[in-house]
Amino acid sequence: MPLRMELLVCGGTGCQASNSSRVLEVLREGIQEANLQEEVRVLMTGCFGFCEKGPIVKVMPDNIFYVEVDEESARKIVREHVIKGRIVEEKIYKEPETEERLPEQSSIPFYKKQIRIALRNCGKIDPENINEYIASDGYMALARVLTEMTPEEVIDAVKRSGLRGRGGGGFPTGLKWEATRKSKSDVKYIICNADEGDPGAFMDRSILEGDPHSVLEGMAIAGYAIGAQFGYIYVRAEYPLAIHRLRIAISQAREMGLLGKNILGTNFSFDVEIKIGAGAFICGEETALINSIEGGRGEPTVKPPYPAQVGLWKKPTNINNVETFANVPPIILNGAEWFSSIGTEKSKGTKVFALAGKVNNVGLVEVPMGITLREIIYDLGGGIKGGKKFKAVQTGGPSGGCIPAEHLDTPIDYDTLNALGSMMGSGGMIVMDEDDCMVNIAKFYLEFSCDESCGRCTACRVGNKRMLEILNKITEGKGEMEDLEMLKELAETVKDSSLCGLGQTSPNPVLSTMKFFYDEYLAHVKDKSCPAGVCTELLKYYIIPEKCVGCTACAKVCPVNVIHGEPRKVHVIDREGCIKCGECYRTCRFGAITRK
Amino acid sequence: MAKYDVDEVKLRQLEEYIDSIEQKEGALIGVLYKAQEIFGYLPKDVQLFIARKLGIFAAKVYGVATFYSYFTMEPRGKHVINVCMGTACFVKGADKILEEIKKELDIKDGNMSKDGLFTVDTLRCVGACGLAPVVMVDGKVYGRVKVEEVKGILDEYRE
Amino acid sequence: MIKSIEELKQIRDKYKDVLQNREAEENKIRILVGMATCGIAAGARDTINAIVDEVHKENINNAVVVQTGCMGFCYAEPTVEVRFPGKSPVLYGKVDAERGREIVRRHVKNGEVISEWVLKG
Repeated sequence: MPLRMELLVCGGTGCQASNSSRVLEVLREGIQEANLQEEVRVLMTGCFGFCEKGPIVKVMPDNIFYVEVDEESARKIVREHVIKGRIVEEKIYKEPETEERLPEQSSIPFYKKQIRIALRNCGKIDPENINEYIASDGYMALARVLTEMTPEEVIDAVKRSGLRGRGGGGFPTGLKWEATRKSKSDVKYIICNADEGDPGAFMDRSILEGDPHSVLEGMAIAGYAIGAQFGYIYVRAEYPLAIHRLRIAISQAREMGLLGKNILGTNFSFDVEIKIGAGAFICGEETALINSIEGGRGEPTVKPPYPAQVGLWKKPTNINNVETFANVPPIILNGAEWFSSIGTEKSKGTKVFALAGKVNNVGLVEVPMGITLREIIYDLGGGIKGGKKFKAVQTGGPSGGCIPAEHLDTPIDYDTLNALGSMMGSGGMIVMDEDDCMVNIAKFYLEFSCDESCGRCTACRVGNKRMLEILNKITEGKGEMEDLEMLKELAETVKDSSLCGLGQTSPNPVLSTMKFFYDEYLAHVKDKSCPAGVCTELLKYYIIPEKCVGCTACAKVCPVNVIHGEPRKVHVIDREGCIKCGECYRTCRFGAITRK
Repeated sequence: MAKYDVDEVKLRQLEEYIDSIEQKEGALIGVLYKAQEIFGYLPKDVQLFIARKLGIFAAKVYGVATFYSYFTMEPRGKHVINVCMGTACFVKGADKILEEIKKELDIKDGNMSKDGLFTVDTLRCVGACGLAPVVMVDGKVYGRVKVEEVKGILDEYRE
Repeated sequence: MIKSIEELKQIRDKYKDVLQNREAEENKIRILVGMATCGIAAGARDTINAIVDEVHKENINNAVVVQTGCMGFCYAEPTVEVRFPGKSPVLYGKVDAERGREIVRRHVKNGEVISEWVLKG
């Protein structure tokens, strides 16, 4: 009997953490009880991207999109929607501004401006079932390439599409393939870089979890184009679910003969193996990644020679990241012109961004290049949480920079972000509001770079450390004006003299915050104050006499007993002995304690 | 065979694993994974053993083991708590959660509780930014953790 | 083992309609079946399954079958509504499995409204 209804439950890491596996069980049990298992099916799909509102359950073909589904509402969905056809209103997404309930996914503003190419199957197919991938034209691009196109024609198509590397620098993918093709060697390799290490970026994880075959297909096409028969996927150990789904996908593809010897009866053979990283951010850099696959320390080496000439085991190697590979099959199927019609002049297609931080709709969005930051943050992201004021958006992770409000209307692509002192990076996008201290944020990223610097070259190993010491001084209220000059000089030196991408870009958070938020640095150095109220050493706690009712709660929690006052009378903080722990601030129920 | 100051049975298990690898070149990281899985950490003698088995310098083994944050040379607690320190978690107060966990477990130096029940660590972005701040205990993800909830989470693992 | 592009296409076509349900295109014909308590009591479940089956058999890929709540015609259950994009909906009453199949064949596939079964509210 054909199915009349399907319930798609999001199985991404975010939704699973919100207990979507249990929701899936409850739905299945309910359908079993109603004896509908022949007509209605429940399945787990990849990430819908709307992680903020998880767990997500989508009912098809009704096209009803339920958010924040728990066990109880799952039972209700079976009882009301599945059995009686009545929509469970309270679990439909409610637009925060208009309070209007929007039952259909496509009408929710979060999805409206999205164009899903790399994420085309995420949330639509069962990632653990290769047949569903095939049914949505999966492996058809590989089939076309193998039967109708020469390797040169494939490379030409990718070149004409204008696809650029989605992992960081944005190098044109077609040129990379061409360089590796031209290197003469009996053995060549394809590597998929899935070492997504930028804090706040999780698009590669979602693609691997939601549509692993699209990456395998992209790799096989690249293998055919450059003349490689073997590929590695280097994936972070922190992504257990992605690894699990990839393993299933690889074994299914092998069983079907879509990986392995003589694919589709042609003389092309290609196989893939997973390599699991061991927690080193630097391994996202391609030469470091190669050293890590070879079993050594993941330290970068000098380029040239490029991996296209001398790569893994000294053989020509082509490295692209997950999202780049996922874009390849649609380019082959729909044509280079289709792809290059989307985006800006020099950045074609779409980019997946991981929207996080102080924004209402945290999640994964795929948007055309050239969209503005304002559209992403306000239209898709639903604006700033709690009605606070926008301060900055950080793109590109520890290699990127902070972009202030006056540049919100910049159409974003690789080049405009570079011009703003930031970068596309892998696509992390962290929104910050008035409560975030930009000096502290710069310090946060620099700490990250210091931790993750492999130590190979002095500029990065020592330079970043010295910069961090200066930032610590500033946030502790001991900064002087010379420190700011020294900080800038150091930053520029590290940028110019580091060996690899990590070192060359690690000063970006400092430089961009100094450029756009210099007044905050000045406030820390000159006035010894933190305008956002974050840097504890600079805070001063006050009791607002008009609001204090004299309940004595603050005096009781103060660990150093510096709050004085009689019951029912206004209390006072003796700032001399105050250790700025903030206990009184958190304890006061009357909002009578403030800090500046 | 040289004498190693570690559990014989476990060492045998590791040896069998190494013997089963066909392609020994480039296998070091995989072997260290296995060794840590068996022993819980990588004591000096285990590293020496691996070096000799693979025919490489112990310095190289040590170099790799210290390079990657996944590997540890200290014994670890029964339950491993990981606080995500990715940007999204950080801006939502992950540092306060870490502080509270350490306070609750009375950890001052190092990162293991005295009773050996817990090890506290931080990690870089687990990619569940929608649920920030995130804490993982033995791989189970807790999202939108509040300072007041820390005790309750830890209690789940205290017998 | 898939040995040729033809075999790959066969698998694709075999599983294609599994995914059909998941395409939310607005320009599709919608067939709504009333599935409230009264509808189910009157046999709406047989009806909807027959309709789904018929759509499948006739290879119709521009229509989706959706269940809906009570339409308020309790005397005429099971009720089925056929909505062509841009046209006013047609409501049928007392649709059993056989009538359901016929509605798919004549109305959905060939655009012929079966006026004797149409409910006039």
